[in-house]
Formats: sequence, structure tokens, C-alpha cells
Amino acid sequence: MNYLTSIGALPLLGALLISTLPKSKANYAKWVALLTSIVVALLGLLIALRFEIDRPGFQFVENYSWIPSFGINYSLGIDGIALVLILMSVILVPIVIVAGWHESEGGRWGSKSFYVLILILETMMIGVFAATDVFLFYVFFEAMLIPVYFLIGGYGVGERAAAAVKFLLYSLFGGLLMLAAIIGIYVISGHQGGHTFDIEKLSQLTIDSTTQNFLFLGFFIAFAIKAPLWPLHTWLPDAAKSATPGTSVLLLGVLDKVGTFGMIRYCIKLFPESSKTFTPVIIVLALISILYGAFLAIGQKDIKGLIAFTSISHFGFITMGIFAMTTQGHSGATLYMVNHGFSTAALFLVAGWISTRRGSSIIADFGGLQRVTPVLAWTFFIAGLSSLALPGLSSFVSEFLVLVGTYTRYPVAAVIGTLGIVLAALYILIPVQKALHGPITPGNENLPDITRRERIAIAPVIAVIIFLGFYPKPLLDVINPASIATLTAAGFSDPVPPAGGR
Amino acid sequence: MTSNNLVYLVALPLFSSGFLMILGRRADKWGHIFATLISASAFGIGAFEFLQMLARPSESRAVTQKLFSWISVGTFQVDASLLLDQLSISFVLLITGVGTLIHIYSIAYMSHDLDRRRFFAFLNFFIAAMLLLVLGDSYLNLYVGWEGVGLASYLLIGFWNQKPEYATAAKKAFVANRVGDVGLSLAIMIAFATFGTVSFSGVEEKVSGASTAALTGIGLMLLLAAAGKSAQFPLQSWLGDAMAGPTPVSALIHAATMVTAGVYLIARSNFIFDNAPTAQLCVVIIGAITLMFGALIGTAKDDIKKALAASTMSQIGYMILATGLGPVGYAFAIMHLLTHGFFKAGMFLGAGSVMHGMDDEVNMRKYGGLGKFMPITAITFGLGYLAIIGVPPFAGFYSKDKIIETAFNAEGIKGLLIGSAALLGALVTAFYMTRVIILTFTGAKRWDEKAHPHESPFLMWGPMAILAIGSVASGFLLSSGNRFVSWLAPVVNSHEADHAEHVERFQPVVVTSMALVAVVIGVAIAIVKYRSQVPRVAPTNVRFFTRIARRDLLQDDFNEVVLMRPGQALTKFLVATDEKAIDGAVRTVGAVVIGSSKGIRKTQTGFVRSYALLILLGAFGLLATIWVVTL
Repeated sequence: MNYLTSIGALPLLGALLISTLPKSKANYAKWVALLTSIVVALLGLLIALRFEIDRPGFQFVENYSWIPSFGINYSLGIDGIALVLILMSVILVPIVIVAGWHESEGGRWGSKSFYVLILILETMMIGVFAATDVFLFYVFFEAMLIPVYFLIGGYGVGERAAAAVKFLLYSLFGGLLMLAAIIGIYVISGHQGGHTFDIEKLSQLTIDSTTQNFLFLGFFIAFAIKAPLWPLHTWLPDAAKSATPGTSVLLLGVLDKVGTFGMIRYCIKLFPESSKTFTPVIIVLALISILYGAFLAIGQKDIKGLIAFTSISHFGFITMGIFAMTTQGHSGATLYMVNHGFSTAALFLVAGWISTRRGSSIIADFGGLQRVTPVLAWTFFIAGLSSLALPGLSSFVSEFLVLVGTYTRYPVAAVIGTLGIVLAALYILIPVQKALHGPITPGNENLPDITRRERIAIAPVIAVIIFLGFYPKPLLDVINPASIATLTAAGFSDPVPPAGGR
Repeated sequence: MTSNNLVYLVALPLFSSGFLMILGRRADKWGHIFATLISASAFGIGAFEFLQMLARPSESRAVTQKLFSWISVGTFQVDASLLLDQLSISFVLLITGVGTLIHIYSIAYMSHDLDRRRFFAFLNFFIAAMLLLVLGDSYLNLYVGWEGVGLASYLLIGFWNQKPEYATAAKKAFVANRVGDVGLSLAIMIAFATFGTVSFSGVEEKVSGASTAALTGIGLMLLLAAAGKSAQFPLQSWLGDAMAGPTPVSALIHAATMVTAGVYLIARSNFIFDNAPTAQLCVVIIGAITLMFGALIGTAKDDIKKALAASTMSQIGYMILATGLGPVGYAFAIMHLLTHGFFKAGMFLGAGSVMHGMDDEVNMRKYGGLGKFMPITAITFGLGYLAIIGVPPFAGFYSKDKIIETAFNAEGIKGLLIGSAALLGALVTAFYMTRVIILTFTGAKRWDEKAHPHESPFLMWGPMAILAIGSVASGFLLSSGNRFVSWLAPVVNSHEADHAEHVERFQPVVVTSMALVAVVIGVAIAIVKYRSQVPRVAPTNVRFFTRIARRDLLQDDFNEVVLMRPGQALTKFLVATDEKAIDGAVRTVGAVVIGSSKGIRKTQTGFVRSYALLILLGAFGLLATIWVVTL
């Protein structure tokens, strides 16, 4: 059975089914979408169960010739890193659908289009993580922009059109650079044993260092826009403020991870020498992102903008972990991608519910919510604690792994990065105090507390956050071999502790 | 040796807490009873383990329980694993014992509060986190408990967070603690980079192979962590504000247990500090500064809880000081920690009892003569008072005296300096505690007519009475026959030899006499000063020193000027820069591109289609290029 094609094609089928619904049955669209996404999630779990932890290399490999004259193949395959990211994506989609049950109503188009877009996006998300052909990856990478563009521009709030265009332009610019680099490496492959886009074959090429540096930058800048690294981040806050909460979850939780995923899968795997060359610069950029994102988050007046900037800080941690080039750094960064997905989901969803009730996402408009909507308030608080990486919640494990993995190679960077945990306490506790504590701000007295549907959506997210905080082993067990494989192939080994011997 | 019971110590209160939170209002009727029983059963387990431990010979008293593999990445291997040894059991009994008494007290104290169930859920959560802190067998396990108690403290300080200043106090405590956590995080990172392990036993085993620089680094970072949690200089400023929490919380968390976690951390890391003399010296200095700092603030406070909080800061300063004195110091530090747990918790509960009878008035200038109306409170508080100022044979006499003596006998000029600081601290302590007693329980009444001071119910004075017994007897019990020192010896690696090799510059009897003289002087000054009429409103024409002592020796002013204001300015600047400069640059580039491509734009009709087309063209472009290069 072609598991990966199946899981990727299922959402498309669902989208097709929805688009054939007659106008009179348009309200079935969300049910079809929900059902499809649940089946996809179950299939994702099945794939995870059948994944063999100890087997090196890609699994569930599929390989078909697509455009033979160019050496382009339809090839899929996943390692542990891709597996956990796909798993996170397919679990988040049904949650987003349930959480934003009425999100499609304020849109420019009907709810049918909304769910078609969501499901198409899901296909793209799976494809981008599962592709092992660079060309195929590029197609998914670019095509992914289309549904997101329409989701922001068509269903968002505020200046949604401007935000959508900004997002698209930024991404296209990055995509263009990557395209150039892809063509470049393709040309080189032609000189060394035949044209190919196969990631494994491409990683065997010998490329002189100048060319390698250019190609590396082509990929890296595209990824640094996607998982926004300072100073390429300014599209994210605008997009997050304008998008619906559900879209924001998919955007920040899943799509942006393609950037950090790409750094591991493409930048380091294809260009290990250049990765080494650029590491100092990237670590500095990552550190700036960590602190800059945190300071900007503290200064935000809009809760959605705040969450967006905390994410920029978190992406800084992930990038730093990746380029520390240690097992702890890599596994920590990958786990961080998953954990950030869930904790950002929790933050965005609850913030979205509260904002919708109040008709405003300005933090100062809230106050005393702990008395009015206690369950929503406590849920937001727990999500916030996860964002500030409280030990016992999932983000702590990944953040600490990143820091400890960085320290063993770049102690100064780790020390500076650790200062971020103080800022994290501020950027979470300041909005918590303003929105949840204090006297009840006029206009908030009668806000309704969490509904049953919202409970159903948020409960699994909180459960994952707590469970992975205490028991991250199931994920780490599949991530570790992939991290070790990446680093070994790129020629890195962990520093040896001076007093480690018995 | 292994034990299967340790996990219940943490799990029972943890689940109880979650249970009470999830059930919500449905558990309002019985939640407080349930939580109290859970806390009591944790004490039962602790007592059972203690008896088991007593039955074993001293070198095999430690037991462990491995739960599961927590984090495993390459060589970074951390198990969720618990360790109960002579040091941790001392804490377990203190936490669950005093904790249970405070649960009982709170049943009555919080009986009028609508959110009593939530209060008890938080208390149980605190117990679980604090037990994890002292039971974790590695620095990372400890860290989980460490932040857990920080969270509990945040939640309980802000329990009445509808008052904005209480919410601010909670946030301040958490942030100050986070600064300390940076220290703990870095200590763990250095330890892993140096030893390849973060478990206590692993680090201890490999400590001889490490460079002094690494050990000093770990030691200083641990000290930073301890300063945050234990309100030591320069991270002390949150403790006074933390008195915003309900008084039982002040007694349990901000006096008896959580704030002493820094002392535990240093004692637990004895193998680091014993090999890092520079770090050890810093520990002593921080302890000495804080013990004076807290004591001086204590002299100027009119709020009874803030006076006691300043005293707590000062007493923990004594403990930190002792932990910096090497193998002999650890046991005395922990001993003072235990006796302090009794008498300070007792006095805080007494303060709560006074507030209970005085409509939550905390200003001692509006008390006066309350001894007549609250005899039990006055007696139990008085016993705690005798213990803290160090009158023999009360508890504090034994524990504090040992610290002063050890300080004086430290080698060189250091011994004289810190010994004098400790002695002077004892004098100031006697002064400000006597002031509290006089202002509250004796003299003429200064309260409003509408106040009706009355004795608290049995549920409140019962725990106070038990703690008072501890204030009387615990010092003697722990120190007679060097009992506690030899009990702790296997953990802190102290030997009889350590005591012998020290130059006994001052004979114990000399130090004790000096300390007693200091106490008498302190008490006498207070009596002379406050014997006469005390004004109901604090006089404003006071000396410069009193003014800055009232402002907590300017600690908040310092933080505001040096950290908060520049931080806020930086944030403002960055927000403006991000919008104008960075995003502005991006928009300028965009505008230029759009401007120069106006011609192309004219051929397009709308945004959406034009970009879809762009993507399509890109794909075609790619294929075309590939075709060209493969020709």
C-alpha cells in the first residue's frame, strides 16, 4: 500500500467531494472536511505505528518517474523528522476545523471554498514533508502558498488583502531564490553522473565551495523567510493579525516549520561545507531573533501580534539548535517544531475565541477574564506556560535540549539565548495579568465561557502539551536516529565532555 | 536500595490538585478536606519511609526509585528518578508536616473565601512540586520541581489577583525567580558539557576530573539560582511584595519551605562547592549581605507580614552563609532551616490569626495590647519570638548559635568579618522582633472602635500550638549529641576530622556569650524605644536611614532605574524600529519594484490572478531552463 500517497491524496478527495456538493447542501462542507481530516489523522497514526524506529534512511518510499526527460521523479519517503511533522500537521487540521467551526462565515466566499482550501493545504503540507525529490518539494513548497493566500485574503479580518499580498510576495521572493539554487544544483548533477533531483543522489555531489555557498544561500534565505528569522520576519505579524485563528495555527504551526525542516533536510544535507561556513552568521541571526522577537512581543498591544512575535523568538531557538550541529541541538529543534505547533495552536485558538467574543484583539480591552470566563482563562494560561517553556510542559524539553546542545559547542550563544527565558516570562505574564487578572474591564462582564465544541477542540492540544512534557520519549525515539544520520552524513560529531570518563 | 513508595509522595498531591481544578465548583463542598487528607497521607508516607531509613545503617540509608526514561538524546540521558536520602527526608518531613498543619489552618482561615477549593488545589500542587524538588535525583528533575514551586508561588501570591497590585506582586516574584532560573539552566548546561551527565551521583563521581573554572562556573550559577528562589541579594526584592498572598501561603511557601530551596540546592551540590573555593566565598558573601540587609529592612516595617518577610530573608541569609562554610556548615544550615521552619511558620500563622481577629489589618501601628484578647496567639507567637532571637533553650538558639560560631572560626580575616556580621545580625534581629511583639501584643490599644479582636478558632490555633512546640523543642532535639550533624554526614561528606582540623579561634562558650549579649542589647533598645506611646501614623520626620529602610533599602528603586525603565525604553524603541525601519525597508523595496514594473502590471487585471500567473510562469520558467541546460 502506498501510505504516503494515500494520506496525501485523501484530503484532495475530500476537497473534491466538497466542491461537488450542491449549494443547498453547502453546510455539509464542514462535516465532510472534518470527517476527511479525522480519517487522515488516523491514517497518520497508522503510519507512525508502522514506522520502524531502528531502520536507517527513508521509509514508506515510493518512486515513480514523472518527467523522465528532466530526471524528475515523483518520489516520497519519510524519516523520523518528517514523520513527526506530518503527524503534527494531520492532528492539528481536525482540531483547527472544530475550533473554527464558524470561521468561514465572515469570508469573501462561501464556506465550501474555505474547506476546500483547508483540505488542499493539508495535501500540500503532507507533500512538502514527504517529498524526496527536490523538484517535487519545490512544487509543494510554492503551491502551498496559494491556499494560504486565499485563506488570509478571503477569510481574514482587518487589512487581510494587504497582509495576504505581503505574505505572498515575501514567499515568492524566497521561492525564486530557491528555484535558482535548485536549477544550479541540477546543472551540477548533470556534470557528475546524470541529471537528477533525487535528494540522496544530490547529497553525494562534490561542489566547489563558492558555488556551494551561493546554492546554500538560495535555499537558506527561502527557509529563513518561511520560518521567519530576523530581519526577514515582518510579514508574519501582519499575516497572523489578519488571518483567522485556524489559519494562523496552520501558518505558524505547520507552514513555517517547512523553513526549519528545510534547513535540516536541504541546507545541511546538500551543503554541509557551506552550513559550516555560515554557522556563525546564522547563530547570531538566531540569537537576535530570540531576543528581538521577545522584546517585540512584550511591546505588542494586539494579542495576535504578540503570539506572532513569540513565535519569531521560538524560531530563533529552533534555528540555533539546528546550526549548533549537535545531536541534542537537532533532536531538540525537531521536537521544538512539534511542541511549538501545539502550544501556538493552543494560544491562537483561545486568543481567537476570546477576541471573537469581545470583538477586539487588543489586550487592553480585556481584564479580569479569570472571573468571567474561568475555563478559557485557565486554558490560555496553560498555553502561555507552555510557550514560556515551563518544566513539565512539552516546550521545556525541546527548549532545554536546544540550549544544552548549543552550549556544548557554542557556550556564549547558549548563555545569551538563555536570557530569553526571562523575557519569555515577561511576554506571557504581562498579557496574562492585563487580560485575565485585575478588575473586570467594562464590556467584558457578560462574555460567555468555553463552549462544548471548544472544549473538544482544545482538550487534545492541552493533553499533548502535558503528556509530551513528561514523556517525550515516543517522539524522541523516532527523531534521534534521523538527527544522528543527518549529522553523521554532514561530518559532525558531538563534543566530548572533558570530565566525562569514569 | 530502591523503594516503590516515593512516587506517591509526588503523585498523590499532584493528582489531587488536578482533580480539584478539573472538578471545579462541584468539589467546593469537600475539596478542602480532601486536599488536607492527601497532604496528611503524604506526611504518613514520609514518616513511614523515615522509620524504614532509621532501621538501616547510615551508609545505606538512601533509597531510589526510577520511574521512566524522561529525556534521552545521544549522551544526554535523564531519567525521571527519585532519591530519598538523609537530606531529602529532612525536607520531606518538614514540607508534609508543616504543610499539613497549614492545610488544617487554612480550612478555617479561608472559610469565607469563595475560591477556597482552588486555594487548596494550589496548596496541593505546591506540596507536589516541592517534594519533587527535594526528591529529584538529578539537576533536571530538581528543575521541574524548582519551577513548579515557582508557579505555585505565583498562583498563590496572586490568589486575590483581582487587585492589580497583587497580580503585579505575583508577576514580579515569577520574573525574579526566572532570573535565578537562568542560573540553574546554565549550571545544568555547564555540568552536562563538563561531565556528560546531570545526575547528582554522576556529577559527584566525576567531580575530581573537572577544571576549577568549570566548577566555579557551576557554583556561581547555582548561587544565582539560589538567590532567586531564596530571595537573596541581589534578587531579594520580590519577597516583601509576595506577602500579597493569603497568610497561610506566606507561612508555608514564603517562610518555611520554598524560599529555603536555595539552601537545599547548595547543600545538595556540596561536592561542587567544596571544590570551588571562589564560588564558596561568594556564597558566604551573599549570605552575609542578605542577613544584614533583611534585618535592617525589618527594623523599619510597620506591616506585620512585611516585617516577618524581611526577617525570613535575613534568616535565610544565615543559612546561605552557613552553606558557604564548607562541610561543617551544611548540617548547621539545614538545622537552622528546620527550626526556622517551625518558628517562622508559627509566627506567620500567628500574624494571620491577628489579622483574622482585626479585619485583615496588617499595620502594627494600629494594633497594640492584643495579648489580652488573643492569649493563645500571643503565647504561640511569643514562643516563636524567643526561638528566633536565640534565647536558650529555644530552637533558634541552638541552630543560629552554631552558625555564628562556625562563621567566627572560618580561617583568616574572613572569619572575623562574617562572624561579626552574623553577630550584629543577631542584635538587629532581637531588636526588630521585640519591636513586633511590643507593637502588636503589649502597650495601649491603638485600634479603631469598630475592630473586635478575638481569639481564632481551634482549627487555627491548633496548628499554631504544634508549631510552637516545635519552636521550643526542635533545636535541642536536633543538636543534642550532635545528632543532626552525624545524620547528614554521609550526604555532605563531612567527617569528624573536619571539625577537629579547624582552629578553634573562639571557644563555643565565648561565642554563645557574645551572642546572648547581642540579643540582650537588641531587646533592650527596642524596649526603650517603643515602651512609650507609639504614634498611629508612621512619623515622617525620620532619619535618612529609616526612610530608605522603609523603602526596602531602595531595592525597587534600583531595579526600576537600572532594569525596568531601560527595558521599557528598549522595547518601545524596537517596536518603533521594527515598524519604521525594517518593515519600512521591505515596503520601500516593494514600492520600487512595483513602481518599476508598472508597465507589466498594466497587463494584469487583479492581484490574485496576477500572482497565480506568476507561479505558473515560474514553473514553466523552471521547466524551460531545465530543458535548456539539458540540451
